[in-house]
Amino acid sequence: MAQFRLPKNSKIAKGKVFDYAGNSKNKKTFKVYRWDPDSGANPRTDSYVIDLEKCGPMVLDAIIYIKNEIDPSLTFRRSCREGICGSCAMNIDGTNTLACTKSIKSIKRDVKIYPLPHMQVRKDLVPDLNNFYEQYSSVQPWLQSNTPPPKNKERLQSKEDREKIDGLYECILCACCSTSCPSYWWNSDKYLGPATLLQSYRWLVDSRDEATNERLDALEGPFKLFRCHTIMNCAKTCPKGLNPAKAIAEIKKMMVARETA
Amino acid sequence: MENTPLSPHLQVYRPQLTSVLSITHRATGVVLSLAGTIIMLYWFVAAALGAEAYTQAQVLLSSVFAKIIMFGWTCAFYYHLLNGMRHLLWDAGWGFDLVTAYRTGYLVISGTVLLSLSTWGIILYLGGG
Repeated sequence: MAQFRLPKNSKIAKGKVFDYAGNSKNKKTFKVYRWDPDSGANPRTDSYVIDLEKCGPMVLDAIIYIKNEIDPSLTFRRSCREGICGSCAMNIDGTNTLACTKSIKSIKRDVKIYPLPHMQVRKDLVPDLNNFYEQYSSVQPWLQSNTPPPKNKERLQSKEDREKIDGLYECILCACCSTSCPSYWWNSDKYLGPATLLQSYRWLVDSRDEATNERLDALEGPFKLFRCHTIMNCAKTCPKGLNPAKAIAEIKKMMVARETA
Repeated sequence: MENTPLSPHLQVYRPQLTSVLSITHRATGVVLSLAGTIIMLYWFVAAALGAEAYTQAQVLLSSVFAKIIMFGWTCAFYYHLLNGMRHLLWDAGWGFDLVTAYRTGYLVISGTVLLSLSTWGIILYLGGG
């Protein structure tokens, strides 16, 4: 049963305010979710007022600035700072996105930053992604084929077949889409979620893959695939502009097609 | 790991046109079946109880309050009908790109307003309800 309210230990308290902007004309307030596993206290939102002249243009630049200059205990994941690793996925200004490609200027109000929604929190902005990765590995995301590969050659695809993977292979598994999906919030133990399903479709539609039937078998039942109710928060929030909702619909069509074939 | 907090979800996620239309579809479905059944049952039972009870029901159901409820029900009906068609198109694999999904979403909203208003315009013009 869906639990709409936060559990007692997850209620967010008011935190501290750190004003480091002085009398700068270009200041901005960042309200950041904080939780320290060692303190035993509830999560809180701390506010950091910073001078935008002193930091780079992206939200990631701002939280790195906060970590370097104000509070070194602020914890978050980041790596590539150019939108390809997916590490800095978080909830910024009400939707999920990558901190490194989200510009501060695009946010008119105070910048509110939370971890990816409806996840167990390890520390501050770091959610536990174990279940997400397990679900990804459950769809066996690799090429499966009984036919031996051509001698001394790779398995070739026609241009048209290759194009079918466009809009799918670009997924960086940042988990923005899955954690934006209410259906995934309420059933993340049974529903695979948009990211994993888009990845599954990436192999289902690959002309070189021969495990189509087994892959579809594994998605049967009321939960794994069919908990998608076309809410479409996934497509709206994807920082790479992909459309998991569409991929899921294509899998549903494949399910029906093979039953009526 | 048991005592780790759950990150906020509904509390912080900004409502999207897509998600609002989706939850409205579910809500109107509930309203249609529940309110519809209750009103129908009341009307039938009154009819079965005889002329006096039936007249009373007629008076109550044609009150302004009842008309407002019925207008709401009409809106729910048209919304659910139109958005249901949107779902059928999705099931056929059409209309997933965001521009189209937003366009059909706004189309459903304006269709609901237009059809509900004209339905009740006709009802009130003919002096019924």
